[in-house]
Amino acid sequence: MNSNQHSATQSVNKTEIKHTTCAYCGVGCGIKAEVNPAKRTVNVIGSDQHPANYGRLCSKGSALGHTISTDGRLLEPEINGQQVDWNTALDTVANGFSDIIKQHGPDAVAFYVSGQLLTEDYYVANKLMKGYIGSGNIDTNSRLCMSSSVVGHKRAFGLDTVPGCYDDFQQAELITLVGSNTAWCHPVLFQRIKQYKQDNPNVKIVVIDPRKTQTCDIADLHIPLNLGTDVWLFNGLLNALNEQNKVNHEYLDQHCQGFENSLQAAQASSGNLNALADTLGVPAQDLQTFFDLFCQTEKSITLYSQGVNQSSSGTDKVNSILNCHLATGRIGKPGMGPFSMTGQPNAMGGREVGGLANTLAAHMDFNDDSIDRVQRFWDAPNMATQPGLMAVDMFDAIDEGKIKAVWVMATNPVVSLPNADKVKAALEKCDLVVVSDCIADTDTARLANVKLPATGWSEKDGTVTNSERRISRQRGLFEKAGNAQHDWWIINEVAKRMGFDSGFNHTNQADIFREHAALSAFENSDAEGHRLRDFDLSNLQTLSDEDYETFEPIQWPINAEFPEGRDRFFSQGGFFTPNRKANLLGITPKLPVNLPTNDYPLRLNTGRIRDQWHTMTRTALASQLNQHISEPFVEINTENAKQLNIQANDIVSVKSKWGEMLGRVVINENCKPDTLFAPMHWTQVLSKQGRINTVVNPEVDPFSKQPESKHTPVNVSQFSAQWHGFVLSRHTTAWPEVDYIVSAKGKQHNRLELVHGTALNNPTQTMLAWLGFDNEQQVSEQGLELLSYQDAESGLYRLALINEQGALQAVTMIAPHQNLPERTWLAAQFEKESLNKRARNALLSGYAPAGEDIGRIVCACFSVGEKTIEAAVKSGCCSAEAVGDQLKAGTNCGSCVPEIKEIIGQMDLGT
Amino acid sequence: MNKPKLVLIGNGMAGAKLLEELMISCPEQYDITVFGDEPYGNYNRIMLSPLLAGEKTLDEIMIFDRQWYHEKGIELLAGEENFIKKIDRVNKRVVTINGKFTHYDRLIIATGSKPFILPIPGTDLNGVMSFRDIADVENMVSAANTHKKAVVIGAGLLGLEAAMGLCGRGMEVTVVHNNDIPLNRQLDQESGELLKTALSERGLMFKMNAHTQEILGDESGQVNKIIFSDGSELETDLVVMAIGIRPNFKLAQDSGIHCEKGIMVSDTMQTYDPSVYALGECIQHRGDTFGLVAPLYDQARVLANQLSEHGVAVFETLPTATKLKVTGINLFSVGDFLGNEHTEYLIYRDKQQGIYKKIVVQNNTIKGVVLYGDTQEGAFYNELMDNKTDLTALRPFLMFGRALCEDQVPSAFVNDKTANTLSVAI
Repeated sequence: MNSNQHSATQSVNKTEIKHTTCAYCGVGCGIKAEVNPAKRTVNVIGSDQHPANYGRLCSKGSALGHTISTDGRLLEPEINGQQVDWNTALDTVANGFSDIIKQHGPDAVAFYVSGQLLTEDYYVANKLMKGYIGSGNIDTNSRLCMSSSVVGHKRAFGLDTVPGCYDDFQQAELITLVGSNTAWCHPVLFQRIKQYKQDNPNVKIVVIDPRKTQTCDIADLHIPLNLGTDVWLFNGLLNALNEQNKVNHEYLDQHCQGFENSLQAAQASSGNLNALADTLGVPAQDLQTFFDLFCQTEKSITLYSQGVNQSSSGTDKVNSILNCHLATGRIGKPGMGPFSMTGQPNAMGGREVGGLANTLAAHMDFNDDSIDRVQRFWDAPNMATQPGLMAVDMFDAIDEGKIKAVWVMATNPVVSLPNADKVKAALEKCDLVVVSDCIADTDTARLANVKLPATGWSEKDGTVTNSERRISRQRGLFEKAGNAQHDWWIINEVAKRMGFDSGFNHTNQADIFREHAALSAFENSDAEGHRLRDFDLSNLQTLSDEDYETFEPIQWPINAEFPEGRDRFFSQGGFFTPNRKANLLGITPKLPVNLPTNDYPLRLNTGRIRDQWHTMTRTALASQLNQHISEPFVEINTENAKQLNIQANDIVSVKSKWGEMLGRVVINENCKPDTLFAPMHWTQVLSKQGRINTVVNPEVDPFSKQPESKHTPVNVSQFSAQWHGFVLSRHTTAWPEVDYIVSAKGKQHNRLELVHGTALNNPTQTMLAWLGFDNEQQVSEQGLELLSYQDAESGLYRLALINEQGALQAVTMIAPHQNLPERTWLAAQFEKESLNKRARNALLSGYAPAGEDIGRIVCACFSVGEKTIEAAVKSGCCSAEAVGDQLKAGTNCGSCVPEIKEIIGQMDLGT
Repeated sequence: MNKPKLVLIGNGMAGAKLLEELMISCPEQYDITVFGDEPYGNYNRIMLSPLLAGEKTLDEIMIFDRQWYHEKGIELLAGEENFIKKIDRVNKRVVTINGKFTHYDRLIIATGSKPFILPIPGTDLNGVMSFRDIADVENMVSAANTHKKAVVIGAGLLGLEAAMGLCGRGMEVTVVHNNDIPLNRQLDQESGELLKTALSERGLMFKMNAHTQEILGDESGQVNKIIFSDGSELETDLVVMAIGIRPNFKLAQDSGIHCEKGIMVSDTMQTYDPSVYALGECIQHRGDTFGLVAPLYDQARVLANQLSEHGVAVFETLPTATKLKVTGINLFSVGDFLGNEHTEYLIYRDKQQGIYKKIVVQNNTIKGVVLYGDTQEGAFYNELMDNKTDLTALRPFLMFGRALCEDQVPSAFVNDKTANTLSVAI
C-alpha cells in the first residue's frame, strides 16, 4: 500500500462526533452522532448530556441512521415530473404565486407547513406570508397535533405558555396521563417515568384513555372513559377538589379569576358521581379512587396529548384540565402542573414563530398593536391583518377554488388530514401545487406541479424547540444531498423572486435565528418593566455564528431575568392576560359532533404505533421499524368481532360517511365494545387503501380548529377475500391489480401483502407475473431458478426465485385464508448470500428448518423475535428484566417491555 | 427327539427371511431342510445392482453364509443338483432332480420368480440374458470387459440398475422401453423426465416407446443387432432383458396345488394343501403378485408367526415404496401416484436441484406419493398412507416433512413411550 492509498483509506474511515436532535416526536431527544462524511453513514446514540433524554433513545430515533440513504430522496427540482434547474423551479413558483396574488389577491394563496421545519425555516415562511404576501394563510400540520393546547393555554394563561418541564415528571407523586399512549408515542418520556416509578414505588400513575394501551403497563389505575368524555371527568375532578376542600383559595384570589363559574359548570355536568360514572362508562369506585388520589396528592402532574387535543371539544378538554391545576395552585412548582406533550420535533418552534394561521408572530396575535409592531420590525410591505384559514378550512378553500396556489412544505396532508380523499381531490383541482420535501414519492408530492428538493434530517441545520420549551440545535451531519437545499434558502429565494428585495437576504441560519430572537424581544415590556410576552429570546439577539454553532440546549425565555433559561412559570402567578390573572373557564361538556347512527354504529379512534412516525415517509425507510407492525390494522373488541363474524387477521372494511379504508383486524379487549382503533400512518404510497384519514370526519374544534381525529362514526365489515398472499422481493415489483395491497421495506427486500376479492384464474402464471416474468422460460433465461409448490384444491400456491449463486430473489405465496406463514424467517433469507440446502428445501414451507424460526419481531432495537423470547421464558426467564439480560430485548428503548411482559403472562396462563 | 420336519424350497430373499424369523420365534421347534438351486448360502438379491456396479463385492451382499445354516442346525442343500423336481403330497415328501427324497411335515414353497423373456426370435442368442442372479451378473461383467455396446430392454427398476451398472463398467448402453416414461410403474411423466435427464447426463442413452421385434446374431450365434417394430435397428453386443418377472409356480402347479397367476395362498400364507405354505414372488394373494422385498418380509413374518403356532398374524398387502439403487439418484414412489378424477395433488418443484415431489390425496388421506431428488420424507408419507391418517390439520405442512408437521400440529402425533419417539396418531 502506498502512502496515497493509505491516506485515502484513512479519510474514508474517518468519523467525527456531532451533537444533534432527533427528527421525530416532541420529546426532542439529544443525539450523539458518529458521522462518517465520506461514506455518508452515521451511528446514533442518545446524548448523555441532553436534558430531554439523558442518553435514552426510542426505536425510531435509534433507527435514524437507516433513514438517510439517498435512495428515494427528491434530489432535483421538478416541474410536472420533468427535472429542471433551481432557477427555473424558483421562478415558476415565484411567478405562479405572484400572478395569482395579482389576479385574485393574497388570500388566494396559502402555505401548508410543518412541525418538521426548523425554527429558521418556519420563521421566514411565516414572515413571507404574513408580512410580504399579506395573508394569514399559513397553517401547519401542528394544527392536527396541539392547536387545542395552544388555544387552551391562551384562554387560561393569556399566552401559549407551557408552565412546566420534564423534570416535574420525576418529582411528582401522582402522574396522570390523559389521552396519551406515552409508551409508544413519547417512549423516552415513558421510560423516564417508568424508571422513576420503579425507584419510587409510592408514586401513583393513572392512565385515562378509552383504550387499554401499552402505557397501562405502569399504571396503578386505568380509567377507560368513553370516547370524548374527558371534560365530564375533569369537571368531576374539579368538583371533587372543591368537595374535599383542596381548592387553593389563596392562589385563586391572588392569581386567577373565573373559579366560581368553572365550579358551577362542573357541578352542573358532573356533580353526581354515579351519573358521571355512567356517562364515562367506568366504575364509580375507580373514579372515586382517581379523585381521591388527585385530591390527596399535592405533587400532581397531568400529562396529556392527542387524545385530549384531537377533538371537537379539544380546547375545552385542555381548559378543564388547566382548571383543576389552577384551582389547586398546582402549577409551575416542582412536580406540579399540566403538561402538553407535543407530537413533532418543532411544533413548539412553529408556535414560537407564529406559524399557525391564527397567530401572528413571536407569541403575538392578530391585534392592532401586534400587527403594527411586527410590521415595523419586519418593515413589512403587506401585513396580514387577520387570521388566515386553518388546515381543514384551508383545504376546503382550495377545494372551492378560493385558494388557487398552495405550497406544502415537509408534510403530507393527503394522508394526515381528515376526510383525506377530499384533500386529495382539492389538490388535484388546485392551479398550482408546490411541494418541498426530502422524499420523492409521497401521496402529496404525487399531486404537485412543482417539486422542490429540500434537505432532510442529517443535512438540515438550525434549531428546534421541544415540549418543555427547550431550544436545541439540530445539526447538519452531511453535505446537502444532490441538489437539495435548505427550506429557509428556498423560501428566501422565492421571496426575492416575488420582488421582496429586502427582508430575505439572510446569510445563514444563525442570521435568521438572531432576527427571530430580536422579534421576540422587540417592544416586549410594559411601563413597569414586566415582560409582555412569555416568549423572549432577548439574550440571543446578538448570538454570534460561533455561539450559534455551539449552542447548548436551553429552555426559553432567555433574557436578562433568566439568562440560563427558565424551567417553570406561574407558581407566583404572573400570567400574560391583561390583568395578569389566569382564567378558569366554566365548561359545559359536549359530545363529539357526529354520533353513531344505525348505519354507522361504531366509533373509530385513531392514533400512532410504536415504530412509525406520521406518514411513514422516513421511518418506513428503516426496515427494522417495519417489523413490529407492518400493515394498517383495525383493533376491535372481541364482542364486536363475534357479532360481526370477524376472525383474527381478516381484512375488514371500515366505512364512514366520508370514506372507506381496508385494514387487517386485530381482536382483543383493548378497545371498549363498539369502538375501534386504527393507526393514522399508512399512505397510498405504502398501501392501496390503508389511509384511515379518508374515513375520519372533518369536524373541528370551534376554537382551535383541530380536527376530531379520535372520533368518527363508522361501520365495519369483513372484506370478502378469495385469497390472501404476499410477495417478498429483492427488487421492487410493480403493484398487481389487487384489492388490498400494503408495501413494506425489509432488509434487502420489499414486501407486498395482498388480499383480493376474486379468485385468480391461473395462479402460478399470475404470481410469476407479479415477480416480473411472463413464463418459466424467461426465468431460466435470466439465470434464475424457480421453486414452486401447489395444492390446487386447498388453493395454496407458492413460488420462489433463486439466482445462480443461490441467493433468494423473490418468494410469493397465496392461500384462500389468512393463515400464511410468518414472513419473519422468509424475510431473513434475503440477507444470506446463498441459501444452504436446508433453507432452500424449507423455503416454500415458509417455516425455518426446526429451531431456526425467531417469530414476529418484538424488540426492534435488537431484532429479537417472539419465539426467541418464548424460548427464553421457557428456559426460566420469568421477568422482562431476565429476558433483557439474556437477549438484550427491551434494554435499549424499552418500548417493547410491555409486550415482553404480555408474552410472559400468556405463557404463565398456558402452563 | 422327534421334531416335526420343515422343508423349505427356495433359498432366496423370502425363504431366508422366513428362516431368520423362525430362528427368533421358535428356533427349536422344527427340523429344517432348505433346498436352493444357486450354489451359495443366502445373498441379498436386491444388492445385485451394486454388485454389478462394482460398488459391492459378493461377500458384502451375502446375508447368511453356509456357516450360519450350520450354526443354526439347518440343513442347506444348495446347487443345481438339489433342484426339486417334484412334490409328492400324498407321501409328504419332495424329490430332487437326482431322485433324492426328503420327508416333510410342513412344506414351504418359496420358488420366487422367473424373468420374463420376450416371445420373439433371437432370445436364445449368446449375449442375450436376464438380470436375476449372481450368474447373470458374472456374465454381464465379463461381457463388459470384452464388448462395447449394450442394450437393456426395459426401463424398470432392474433394467435401469443393470444399464447403469454396465454403463459404469464402460459400455455404451441404450435403454429400450415400451413407454415414454422410464420407471413408469413408479414415476409419473414429470419425475420420469427428471430421471431420464439425470441418467442421460450420466451417459445412458434412451430409446423410448420402442417395441422390440427381433434380436439378430452373427454366424457364431453372438447377438449383434436388435430390430424394432418401426423398422429401426440398434447394433449391440449384449442384450439384457429386464421387462419383468413371472411367479415361478410350475413345481407347485405340477404337484396339484391350486395356482392362478401364482400359488394361491390365504392370509396365513397357506396353500390349498394345509401342510403346504408358500411365500414370496411365487404366490398370488387376493389377486396380487409381488416383486418388491417389503411385502415378502411381511409374508415371512406372518408365516413364521403361523409356524410357531402363535397363529395370530395375517398378511395384508400394503402399498410398497420403491427406490432405485443408482448412486446419487433418489426416488421414492408408493401407492397410486397417478391418481384419478377424484384425487388431489400437492406438488413441489425445484427443477435446478432436480427435486420433484407429488403427494396424491383422496378423501383427505394419502393415496400415493412420488418423490424425486429428495426422498427424505418417504417413510413419513408411507406411514401416513398406511395409517390412513386424516390430513385435515397436516395438509398445509405435509409437503415440507415430518419435523414441520410435528411443530405445527403436535396433536397429530402421539408419544410412543417405548421408542421414545413420536408416532403418527391413528
